[in-house]
Amino acid sequence: MALKIIQPGLLTTIQDLGRPGYFHLGIPIGGAMDRMAMRTANLLVGNDEGAAGLEAVFMGPEIEFTADAVVAVTGADIPVLIDGEEQAGWTGLPIKAGQRLSFGYLSEGARAYIVVSGGIDTPPMLGSRSTYAIGALGGVDGRAIQAGDELPVGLSDTGKAGASVPTQLRRHLGSPTELRVMPGLYWHRITEKAQNSFFADEWKVAPEADRMGYRFRGGQPLEFVERQQPFGAGSDPSNIVDGCYPYGSIQVPGGTEPIVLHRDAVSGGGYFMIGTVISADMDLIGQLQPHKPVSFVKVDMATALQARADRAALMAGIRDHLA
Amino acid sequence: MKTRYSFGGDEHIFVEVDEEMSLDAFFKSLSMTNAVRDADIAGVTEICPANASLQVKFDPDRIKPDDLLAELKSLETASESAEKQIATRIVEIPVYYQDPWTHETLMRFRERHQDPNATDLDFAARVNGMATAEDFIAAHHGAPWFVSMVGFVSGLPFLYQLVDRERQLEVPKYLRPRTDTPKLTVGHGGCFGCIYSVRGAGGYQMFGITPMPIYDPTQTVSYLSDFMVFFKPGDIVKWKPIGRDEHDQIEKDVETGAFAPLIRNVTFNLADFNSDIDGTNKKLTETLYGS
Repeated sequence: MALKIIQPGLLTTIQDLGRPGYFHLGIPIGGAMDRMAMRTANLLVGNDEGAAGLEAVFMGPEIEFTADAVVAVTGADIPVLIDGEEQAGWTGLPIKAGQRLSFGYLSEGARAYIVVSGGIDTPPMLGSRSTYAIGALGGVDGRAIQAGDELPVGLSDTGKAGASVPTQLRRHLGSPTELRVMPGLYWHRITEKAQNSFFADEWKVAPEADRMGYRFRGGQPLEFVERQQPFGAGSDPSNIVDGCYPYGSIQVPGGTEPIVLHRDAVSGGGYFMIGTVISADMDLIGQLQPHKPVSFVKVDMATALQARADRAALMAGIRDHLA
Repeated sequence: MKTRYSFGGDEHIFVEVDEEMSLDAFFKSLSMTNAVRDADIAGVTEICPANASLQVKFDPDRIKPDDLLAELKSLETASESAEKQIATRIVEIPVYYQDPWTHETLMRFRERHQDPNATDLDFAARVNGMATAEDFIAAHHGAPWFVSMVGFVSGLPFLYQLVDRERQLEVPKYLRPRTDTPKLTVGHGGCFGCIYSVRGAGGYQMFGITPMPIYDPTQTVSYLSDFMVFFKPGDIVKWKPIGRDEHDQIEKDVETGAFAPLIRNVTFNLADFNSDIDGTNKKLTETLYGS
């Protein structure tokens, strides 16, 4: 069976849970920005949690199914339509050969995950089907989907429609969205005043927000502790000798607009970083629309690990609910 | 040199071997990287070496962050006594300096540059106290370079020239990064050279282009059929200046599979290098060219 792409949406890519192991060569882990939504969509249609589906940004695609299947849409709040008739989100939906899946206007969130029973079966590269466009890896010839593509779907006899995940088992963004941050890395490079204002100020998601990283603006510029720049770092006070960037790390070129690196992160470079968004909150970033207000919340390792455990418990709750 | 450790959230430990760049810092980060890899610590998922630092990614569900931190610190002590010597390879990379493609691109982004009235090479020559771009080009390919890091995107090598600090070529990055850089551009920012493995954004000054692909996800380029990324940290690079005709010929040969990069195995010892820089470089080049 196949998914015939009638309209691709704005930017729709094939993603799974990514390709770990190549970051030391500049190839990022990639995969769904909102991992929990992707895992849940797979569970809803009876797939392994790591099967490949579509990640649609801001706008949904229009897809014709060539065989009967079960489909689920999770992540952003967006009306799901089958042959023009509205269906429930976060639910395994039966769809018949020849029927079309399309979408209304997105209201909350940024990325919808569209998963079909059997999973998308494009050729894996370096162990993953995830699209990494910069390196032309995965997806359809290393790119986002286009009208006219026919995406192969794996065989499945496990797909069963009807299961659904209630809203209390999903994560919600809140307003402003709170992103928890562990200060560190080059935190000492900014003054105490800047350290305080970074956490006190309200920031907004800038239009430059994609799979590589999310840029924020609206807070006060960060003042640097004066120093003689080390040899090889470059002359700007925000420069360092090029080093590795953690996923979730927050770099602030020129001290003005923080950028949080995400799943398609560049693996390193010459900008200092003031800390790292904790692993539990990375999914939330994938659901932020431009202009959405955000505040960064300072936490320590113990809080980060507790948040990680809470997120794992929430995911376990979804598994139990769907078992 | 003073090593500094910091958690990068709950999944990374960042180890800064030194704030400033030096071959000593690079060798220490490389030997720590090797020590961490050899220790095969359960819960460590990725080890990324950089110019003068390294990063260890871990799964905190499998190893406690503080336990890993303690283990890394003990490996640092052990790796300090490691001999600063590596068995590696030297590779000749053809470069067409002052090519038309990077020239077209740099003209397009002139308003983002420190000196809108000069080319990147003219500017680089001037800030390094040289009379002409040709002098700068001569210094650029005069001594070999170390691949001190692979990353940013898709197999991009960062290169550090094997000369003493007084002779290091230092050029600031563009004031604002370009949104475009031709694929295989030979660039330079701070004290680092690079080869842009793919087309895309970039902030390094642009000096030339190589016809030799260094990243091929389709793995159709003959010498990239085993693995899509050409470089690894510790590789040594010798630039070979070429003109338009040779550039075009190599491009054709890559296409037909007739091109094979010139590669020789070498051993690099930091102490030997520090005691006789030019002599060591001469030996490296002799090994490469078999004289």
